Amino acid sequence: MIDLGPAPFDRGPHVLVEHALRTSADGRVRVVGSHPDLGWQLATWCRVVGHRLEGDVVVRGGDRFARSLVSGHPDAVAANADPRWGLAVRGARVEDGAAELSFALADRDTAWDEDAPRLLAQAQAGQWDPATAVPWDEPFELPEPLEEAVVQVMTYLVENETAALLVPANLVPRLHPHYREVVGFLAVQMADEARHVEVFTRRIGLRGRSPGTSSRGGQASLATLVTERDPDVASFLLSVMGETSFLELLRFLQQHGPDPVTRAICRLAATDEARHVAFAVGRLRRRGDPALLDRLAAAVRAREAALRHTSGLDPHVFDALIVLASPTFDPEGVGVGFERVVELVGRMDRARRAMLVRLGFSPERATELSALHTRNFM
Amino acid sequence: MTPLTIGAVAYDPKVVTIWEGFCDWLASRGLPTTYVLYATYEQQVDAHLAGACDVAWNSPLAWLQTERKAARRGRVARAFVMRDTDRDLTSVVLARAEGPVQSPADLSGRVVATGAHDSPQATLIPLQVLSTAGASDVRPLVFDVMPGKHGDHVGGERDAVRALLDGRADAACVIDGNALAFAREGLIPADALRVVARSAPYDHCVFTSLDGLRDADVARFGELLLSMDWEDPVVRPLLELEGLRKWLPGRTTGFAQLAAAIDGLDTPGAAAVRAFVDA
Ligand SMILES: [Fe+2]
Ligand SMILES: [Fe+2]
Repeated sequence: MIDLGPAPFDRGPHVLVEHALRTSADGRVRVVGSHPDLGWQLATWCRVVGHRLEGDVVVRGGDRFARSLVSGHPDAVAANADPRWGLAVRGARVEDGAAELSFALADRDTAWDEDAPRLLAQAQAGQWDPATAVPWDEPFELPEPLEEAVVQVMTYLVENETAALLVPANLVPRLHPHYREVVGFLAVQMADEARHVEVFTRRIGLRGRSPGTSSRGGQASLATLVTERDPDVASFLLSVMGETSFLELLRFLQQHGPDPVTRAICRLAATDEARHVAFAVGRLRRRGDPALLDRLAAAVRAREAALRHTSGLDPHVFDALIVLASPTFDPEGVGVGFERVVELVGRMDRARRAMLVRLGFSPERATELSALHTRNFM
Repeated sequence: MTPLTIGAVAYDPKVVTIWEGFCDWLASRGLPTTYVLYATYEQQVDAHLAGACDVAWNSPLAWLQTERKAARRGRVARAFVMRDTDRDLTSVVLARAEGPVQSPADLSGRVVATGAHDSPQATLIPLQVLSTAGASDVRPLVFDVMPGKHGDHVGGERDAVRALLDGRADAACVIDGNALAFAREGLIPADALRVVARSAPYDHCVFTSLDGLRDADVARFGELLLSMDWEDPVVRPLLELEGLRKWLPGRTTGFAQLAAAIDGLDTPGAAAVRAFVDA
């Protein structure tokens, strides 16, 4: 029995009745009180919400969730995510007949990765604040060729970061949200890339310069990434091939960056990129799909064929890297810088080959595929 | 077979969704139906008597209008199916909690806000209740939203409560369910209003048929409605849109107050009903 005392029934107490009905064994609850409107308000409420009133006893009516389906288990991911689960959290009671939402990636084999919860937690813990993590106000003044080179490299980085933002953005709406940690990781990855775009853009204008050049070859290379519809291929080309190369580039800039801001933002971005690579490599490696490697290899070849007649890396970027790596801006100095950039390209190749071998490719195949990678690095 | 034609009044765009859905479902059960929408219940009642529709989804007032007009033509109308949520409704007359109005008699000579002229629940029945409870010379402040729709909309009642709250009226008439809804949506503040009169329970909409008009198909139509199961996910959205859990057999025991109102009230709404029935 519920005694409402003098409380007006139309201003809240119905939740007490609903709770009592849910927990009572026979679905019956007696409701009493002293408010003069209790009788008709209780009767009206019962009629509107579908309970029955017998005297002062409320009898539970039909339950719209009587034939509900349960959206999997809270603590385990399902082998297949039902389109009828829609956007519900794992383990919810979902009303039958709710609109179905179809997601292309709706099974554990293609959508899930067992390492996703751990990497998601790591990604969330690794977020940094561009306002405080970067020494924007530290005084420095670069000679004109160096400032120009930094701005050119940053211009290039921003467009690559933008591509890296769009690739997971394409993927997220195709993943069944039942696999929420994977969706979550990709969402944080997008936030990472947005932050990289932010800090690199800020460095471009830090000393009042306008951005540098954006080449057709570079954009053509990135276009093949953002338009790739096969989720495995997209993630492979972006993270395994592209971001692995990029990681070497960011470490190079961390070492040869001529100012504290450039060094800091490249160091911070590199920590994020390492996580993106680890996620993609781990996910593809654990797929255990023997046909997958052939599909990925074919994609590398197809991309190479598509980009064969483009110029690849913007020559301004290549030259800017030489300038940054040169100890002095004279014939002897730029010679050293040139060799360092050649070494960088070699390090990128070795890093890609190592990743390809981790994915299961033979060393020979890894060497062949790495050599076919876009000259734009990403 | 020629589809059974259902008449309904278009008081809201959702009416199209409701009848499209019901007709599809009835077809899936082997009964071809179609529907005609009318702008007013008076059009629907006359169309039904003229045979333009076979069954009519009638307001309580349209039911009485049909019953009386049919009787004058030597015909018999039946209320064969109704919603579970349309049984034993009440209307309440609200006044300001801190005001001088404490009983129906206190409303004599005062302004009472109501819904549309032809609303059974927000005008005709509550005014009849006040008149039998001793309120004389009540001055109705009528919010005549969508005339001809018999109050099948909430607008006039919300306006009536606003008029009461801001002092343009001394009382407001609403159906019980709206009194609760207005509290929930914040229109009625806590402790602001009190109930000074309440009607006896009455019934609301009924599916109406006319004897001799597609009797067998109408019977099948009624059986199918009664078989609709709220737990069926295909049916539930339609029932929810139409505001019921379950169709029940029709009954005509719940219309006495409304009949007394249209016979006895000296208001333009009641006079119009009498003129329509006599025409
Ligand atoms: Fe990035
Ligand atoms: Fe990245």
